[in-house]
Amino acid sequence: MIEVVGLGKRYGRTTAVRDLSFTVRPGRVTGFLGPNGAGKSTTMRMILGLDRPSSGHALIDGTPYRELRHPLRKVGALLDARWVHPNRSARDHLRWLARTNRLPPGRVDEVLDQVGLTAVARKRAGGFSLGMAQRLGIASALLGDPEVLLFDEPVNGLDPEGIAWIRGLMRGLARQGRTVFVSSHLLSEMSQTADELIVIGQGKLISQSTVSEFVAAATEHTVRVRSPQVERLQKALVHKGATVEQDGATLVVGGLSSAEIGELAAAHGVVLHELNPQRGSLEEAYMRLTAGAVEFGTS
Amino acid sequence: MNLLAVERIKLFSTRSPWFCMIGALGLTVGFASILAIKSEHVSVGATQGMYLLGLMVVMVMSTLAVTTEYRFGTIRTTFQAVPRRTGALLAKTTVVALVAGLVGEVAAFGSLGAAKLLQPGAALSLSTAADWRAVAGSGLVYALAGVMAVAVGVLVRQSAGAVAILLVVPLLVENLVGLIPDLGAKIQPWLPFQAAGAFLRGTHEGAPYSPWGALAYFAVLAAVLLGAALVVAKKRDA
Repeated sequence: MIEVVGLGKRYGRTTAVRDLSFTVRPGRVTGFLGPNGAGKSTTMRMILGLDRPSSGHALIDGTPYRELRHPLRKVGALLDARWVHPNRSARDHLRWLARTNRLPPGRVDEVLDQVGLTAVARKRAGGFSLGMAQRLGIASALLGDPEVLLFDEPVNGLDPEGIAWIRGLMRGLARQGRTVFVSSHLLSEMSQTADELIVIGQGKLISQSTVSEFVAAATEHTVRVRSPQVERLQKALVHKGATVEQDGATLVVGGLSSAEIGELAAAHGVVLHELNPQRGSLEEAYMRLTAGAVEFGTS
Repeated sequence: MNLLAVERIKLFSTRSPWFCMIGALGLTVGFASILAIKSEHVSVGATQGMYLLGLMVVMVMSTLAVTTEYRFGTIRTTFQAVPRRTGALLAKTTVVALVAGLVGEVAAFGSLGAAKLLQPGAALSLSTAADWRAVAGSGLVYALAGVMAVAVGVLVRQSAGAVAILLVVPLLVENLVGLIPDLGAKIQPWLPFQAAGAFLRGTHEGAPYSPWGALAYFAVLAAVLLGAALVVAKKRDA
């Protein structure tokens, strides 16, 4: 379990992360969603003890990362697949990493096999394609057989096959009861991989919910209504507590379903020419939500 | 012990440290060999003539051991695996210093041995304490310079910057300071590589320290730099 409590990070006068609190639970994939520059990587670096928070703290099963005795056995992370010396072989890279946490040398070959890099284990990591580098990064994350895993934008730049592989891997790890925390700036990606979503914008928490709750809330629809008796209908709708925008003979109604509007119109004897539910796209809703955070952030 | 093994794997699993070590030995021993062939009266001190050049190469190796980690991001992986950064960096410093010291000893005795082999008639036995210091002392200077190079690498984090500092200070700045009238001669003994040289070559009349005092001073400078580097690395975001 990862607990983030009031986490903040300032660089001089700019604030990258402000007062962020959330919990990442085991047994599911938790998506960390936000536009580029929202503070996702900074938050992950603070969870891993790489960056010092300006305020608040992050705990791994109740312990700050820096106090873990053999952190790789508890937490595996892939922050950037290019963090490898290009002239060192994949196997040597994992060999020194295994040694830091007293992991048996046999683990190196196990994880290389698990990510399908055995054939190129002795090749220079600098010659790897992005997909292979990503696999090496995942091998380093899995090295200590950790309960908690963090992946920062793991599918960026991968081909469809690589994306499918990573999705399957993350879901498999969560099924084994591990805590899987994965960031992305793409909602479509997250909606296919994650069970739960933590959404941030401008370094602030926007929501933490299940994916289906987020989708339902984010795409909460409006209804387009056309009627020759708009004024009467509008009065009735407002009375019912709906939000109404008028554009000539057309009303855009929020807060009521099309069924409720139709029944209301019938009760008031209003003729309807059109009754059309408008479902916003998920991406649109996400942009609206995070754009709101931008305005909020600068006020 | 574990962290020492980690740093040993890191250092020897890429090629550039090997090139640097071979380069340092080639320069020093090669120069001593040429000198021995050309001169029948080659002395112990003369065989060590290229010590500073070999030292430069070893310092480049030492600082690259750190700056390449910053360049390629492996320092973050390291700190992620070993959150006690001081321990991780001390292990690296120790491994680098041991390797640098070993290269220094091999370079010094290799130079002497090559000269002996090529000019058997020359007076090349280590008969005085000063002779021993001039040769065996190289390893100590190389090891301490390795510590300084690691510290500069941690502080600067950039290969080009760190290498420039480590080459320009001993080869250029320290010599130019001597050109300042009056003051230059007073400051010069307190410059790090002048002190290291005084330890190996012996001190002049009126020097502010004995040869071993000069080495102690050099060691203090290395320790201060290393201390600063450890403090900075601990506080800084990786």
